[in-house]
Amino acid sequence: MFKMLNPRRFYHAVGKRRFWEFIVLAAFLLFFYGPMVNMFMLAFANKYDAPSVFPQAWGFKYWRFVFSQENLVSSIGQSFLIALITMVASMLICIPAAYSIARFKYPGRKAFMLSFLLTNAFPKLGIYTSIGILFYKYNLMGTLLGVVIIHMINSMMFMVWLPSSAFRAVHRQQEEAARDVGAGPFRTFMKITFPLAMPGIAVATLYTFLGSMEEAQGTMLVGLAHIKTMPVEMFGVILDYPVQVGAVFSIILIVPSILLIFVMRKYIGPEAIAGGFKMK
Amino acid sequence: MADRVIKLQIRDMTKKYDNGDGVEHIGLDIYEGEIVTMLGPSGCGKSTILRTIGGFLDVTSGDILIDGQSVVNLPPEKRPTAMVFQSYNLWPHMTVYENLAFGLKLRKTPKKEMEERIEKHLQLVSIGGMEKKYPSQLSGGQQQRVAIARSLLLKPSVLLLDEPFSALDAKIRQQMREELKKIQSELGITVVFVTHDQEEAMALSHRIVVMNKGKFEQVGTPTEIYDNPCSKYVASFIGEMNFIERDGKSVAVRPEDVVITKEPADISGSVRTIMILGHYVEVNVQCGENVVKCYIQREESEKVNVGDQVNLKFCKTHIF
Repeated sequence: MFKMLNPRRFYHAVGKRRFWEFIVLAAFLLFFYGPMVNMFMLAFANKYDAPSVFPQAWGFKYWRFVFSQENLVSSIGQSFLIALITMVASMLICIPAAYSIARFKYPGRKAFMLSFLLTNAFPKLGIYTSIGILFYKYNLMGTLLGVVIIHMINSMMFMVWLPSSAFRAVHRQQEEAARDVGAGPFRTFMKITFPLAMPGIAVATLYTFLGSMEEAQGTMLVGLAHIKTMPVEMFGVILDYPVQVGAVFSIILIVPSILLIFVMRKYIGPEAIAGGFKMK
Repeated sequence: MADRVIKLQIRDMTKKYDNGDGVEHIGLDIYEGEIVTMLGPSGCGKSTILRTIGGFLDVTSGDILIDGQSVVNLPPEKRPTAMVFQSYNLWPHMTVYENLAFGLKLRKTPKKEMEERIEKHLQLVSIGGMEKKYPSQLSGGQQQRVAIARSLLLKPSVLLLDEPFSALDAKIRQQMREELKKIQSELGITVVFVTHDQEEAMALSHRIVVMNKGKFEQVGTPTEIYDNPCSKYVASFIGEMNFIERDGKSVAVRPEDVVITKEPADISGSVRTIMILGHYVEVNVQCGENVVKCYIQREESEKVNVGDQVNLKFCKTHIF
């Protein structure tokens, strides 16, 4: 059996095309998943010295360590709290905006949509600095509200573009049919339009939540030392603790993402995301 | 005729869009239990009229009365009308039952009564037992049946149909047409039907309104409109018609009113094509620059061959 692993034999066994495909795939997998696998491995290493591939001792030492550090545990709670607030607040603000863009024609509609790109076009740090000046003026520095606003600015483009394309995909006749059988405009929206646009909205909400979970720069600048989310703590962890703590912390940070992606796997796909970038 | 009740009255109604299109000075009385069809090419304003009746468009001026009550200031949900659209009528996230129950729930109908009425109406449109299916599991024809059932369920004063069959196959379209006519006569409901298909209009309607560029060209029964078109436009839009220019005027003659004969007659020419269309035969005759279409019986057609010189006699003509 091991004879078949000889590259020459393998090459002739599967043919030239398949052989190179295999090599490219293997390289790709290594490049893509290598760091992640390494991280998982390190999280369960009690002892690890740099040049060797495998840890010298396995165990849950650093998991216990992370959960015994009060500041790390509280940052987990802080992260979830901020992500939830950001998610709900941006839904309340962005979904009506998305609906108006999708349904009503008014001058400046396209410019309004493109303007969301602008915040992503500039270096974030520059924006945060200028926001900082405003935030100092309105006493938002170092507050939860300030951090939530920063997170919302980041997610706004997705939160408006994706639901807007989802609303556009709801046929007007379906809304009109609901009006026709006796539903008022608000009921029509809640019972017909919103459920039909749900996949797009779900994907956008997921992005908002995950984006908020991993936002570090803005939180650090605006939150000062008062608001410490997991990614903010991460900077300290990398500098002050052994590499295994970083690995454990990363896994904790990933868990909600994986859970959410799993729950919403039906809705997430290239089409849903691409749909959001269509300008009409 | 005199004792018929006016169900829907459109009084000097005008609807102008921002770009200047629209309909102007529309006046029409529709009687109880009548099927009136708005017929015209796309963009002639027929859907505009229907949508103003349904409440999906505001009128610029004029009035619309249903059962003697003005409805122009009411939103669609408050009007006693029900509309069936060309497509996308149903809500795909609800089952057929839920689609039908939506309007009844808003009216706080007791559950028992709701179930009975839904079942009855699904039977009426002959798709009983499909309550649990989702719209995507139904064919296009079945979906339109559900949409019609949903509209009838709410016992509307006027049923509005906006090209409900035009997205369906020709066969199903004919079948739906026949069934709609049967349901309508059973329930005695007043129907306003919009279509661009003249055959559908002829088959279904008690009266047809032929429209052109936002105006009524002719209002009448299918027979009146077919036999006595009041303008060249109506003559060309309804049924087949030959037009022959003569002394600066157009002579219009229907293909079935043309007789092929050996004796001297109205016009002569040579036979261009002979096509069998089932129980009758279409013969096209080249008469100078015109091609005259004649519908003749199968036995008659055996006497003519392509290339023959023939004389054509017009039994009934209209001059415009």
